[in-house]
Amino acid sequence: MLEIKNLHVSLEEEDKQILKGVDLTVEAGKVHAIMGPNGSGKSTLSYVLSGRDGYEVTDGEALLNGEDLLEMEPEERAAAGVFLAFQYPVEIPGVGNMTFLRTAVNAQRKARGEEEMSAAEFLKVIREKAKALKIDADMLKRPVNVGFSGGEKKRNEILQMAMLEPKMCILDETDSGLDVDAMKLVAEGVNALRDEGRGFLVITHYQRLLDHIKPDVVHIMAGGRIVKTGGPELALEVEQNGYADILAEVA
Amino acid sequence: MANPAVKQDPLAARIEGLTLPDGAGWANDARGAALSRLTAMGLPRKRDEYWKYSDPTTLNAPEAPRAGLFVTDEAMPFSDVDRLKIVFVDGVYYAEASDDLAMEGVEIERLSDALARDIHWARDHYGVLETRGQTPVERPLAALNTAFATDGVVIRATGKAAKPISLIYLHKSETSDAILHHLVKVEEGASVTVLENGPAAARFSKCMEVEVADGGQFHHVRAQGRDHERRASTHMFARLGQESVYKSFTLTVNGILTRNEQVVEIAGDNAVAHIAGAALGDGATGAFHHDDTVFVTHDAVDCESRQVFKKVLRNGAEGVFQGKILVKPHAQKTDGYQLSQSLLLDEDSSFQAKPELEIYADDVQCSHGSTTGAIDEEALFYLRSRGVPEGAATDLLVLAFLAEAIDEIEDETLREDILTRLQGWLDRHRG
Repeated sequence: MLEIKNLHVSLEEEDKQILKGVDLTVEAGKVHAIMGPNGSGKSTLSYVLSGRDGYEVTDGEALLNGEDLLEMEPEERAAAGVFLAFQYPVEIPGVGNMTFLRTAVNAQRKARGEEEMSAAEFLKVIREKAKALKIDADMLKRPVNVGFSGGEKKRNEILQMAMLEPKMCILDETDSGLDVDAMKLVAEGVNALRDEGRGFLVITHYQRLLDHIKPDVVHIMAGGRIVKTGGPELALEVEQNGYADILAEVA
Repeated sequence: MANPAVKQDPLAARIEGLTLPDGAGWANDARGAALSRLTAMGLPRKRDEYWKYSDPTTLNAPEAPRAGLFVTDEAMPFSDVDRLKIVFVDGVYYAEASDDLAMEGVEIERLSDALARDIHWARDHYGVLETRGQTPVERPLAALNTAFATDGVVIRATGKAAKPISLIYLHKSETSDAILHHLVKVEEGASVTVLENGPAAARFSKCMEVEVADGGQFHHVRAQGRDHERRASTHMFARLGQESVYKSFTLTVNGILTRNEQVVEIAGDNAVAHIAGAALGDGATGAFHHDDTVFVTHDAVDCESRQVFKKVLRNGAEGVFQGKILVKPHAQKTDGYQLSQSLLLDEDSSFQAKPELEIYADDVQCSHGSTTGAIDEEALFYLRSRGVPEGAATDLLVLAFLAEAIDEIEDETLREDILTRLQGWLDRHRG
């Protein structure tokens, strides 16, 4: 599904290398988690994969089902199946949540040469999915993320993911700012989307999200590289001993 | 008032080719008085305080600069609205394309017919609000309009007007120089909606005086567009009685020079005045300069005024906002609001704003804000990351930016119509 090979990335504005050779493959149907201390490059990886400005790829590649992601505009990556659940979802005053989602769904369908969703069909589908995430009609009508609580914003991200049905879901610190109940709700939303044809890359600082979204593979990232890869037990090790031991071990 | 001779010569040249239209004695007097006002003031000059950001040269020139005709198959604004149409071609009333002027709740006549009659309600109104609007800020182009206007309509609402009155200005001659003057009188408890659209002429001067009596309602929605080479100077002068409502919205797209002035005097307690505008300029399809100059005077208790002006500028387009709220000493409990914002889609475009508050009452609530900003890159990326292409994402953000101004249009059908025009413009000008 997603193949990242020897990815080197610098900040455009300053001469600073963030990713120093990331190698990672996420297979369809699998959930990979990336853990790591602050500043290890986890969020940068998610932004580079989704096409945010400000980063320069100096070496390596990232392929989605064999297609070169790094050559595509953000909207093309989305249509190809990439979805990033933002750590800090953006507030967009004046743009209704529903209008936004319908525009996005239909833009992707159009880009893929599929038929656009009718207003009635869209309404039916979104109501159903919103209900599962406890998102009420008011939240759908309000401007995108404006006045949403931290938990509401994250649930809104998962709703978008559910509506857009991406192939490759990247979740960037989706647990940050969530209380336990909100985290469970979000995790249920993610688990409902787990599917043979879909890959997940879950970026998190803490192990607790992984209690709810069980990963198949856990990677530890540090200093712009994947330094260790293992099973779910690796996350528990981090939880008990912190990153220091692992970092010392691979140093 | 001192009148340096330097101001006189351009004026003499400007009015040389114009003649004062003849009418009833009182009308001739009103025009003569307007000419005296104009002579005393002289034409506006670039160094005048109120013309600092807009160059009046082409409005002052003896001849109208040539303006190409804009040809399009697209339906005109308000096409789907049930309305009474009054058509002017290059500033001349065009009866064949106009509807019958009879309508329930309202009396409509051609200006020249009204001004020819010895006894007519227009006698107490023609040029009156324009004259009041000359203080404290001089508006010579409005006096010129009152003096030399060749056509227009007079509208007296006596009840609830059955349909909106739609003034349609067609432009057929590349050198036309049109001067229209309209009068609107909304009687006690009456209401009327006036729509305006169309390029009008190569150069267009338009003045509308609106008197709203106690409990009356005046709604105004205007779409200026369809011509890239328009030069227009328009004035709205309004005076509001008790518990009356005045709401005016203008959509402006394209145009080399558009100066829209609104002068609103709130004279009756508990009155409401909302003045809003959305302007979109793209320098890639010709020079664009748009100037909103607004003056709201609170002269009564417990009144509300709102000014909401938004401009979207790209490729060297220029926007200007000069807005003032004046609150007189006894105008307590005034609620005044003023917002002027521009969205600059590139670094070549510019926005000049001069917000002013002058408050002499102590128990008032007045606020104003003016901002200039670029498109929110974070929001743009967020939209694109969900699959919305860059152009469409920018349009969504532009529409979101304009929403507060558009929302000032109360009538849903008219609001939808304006949004359709807006979307059409965005589609044609996708960056």
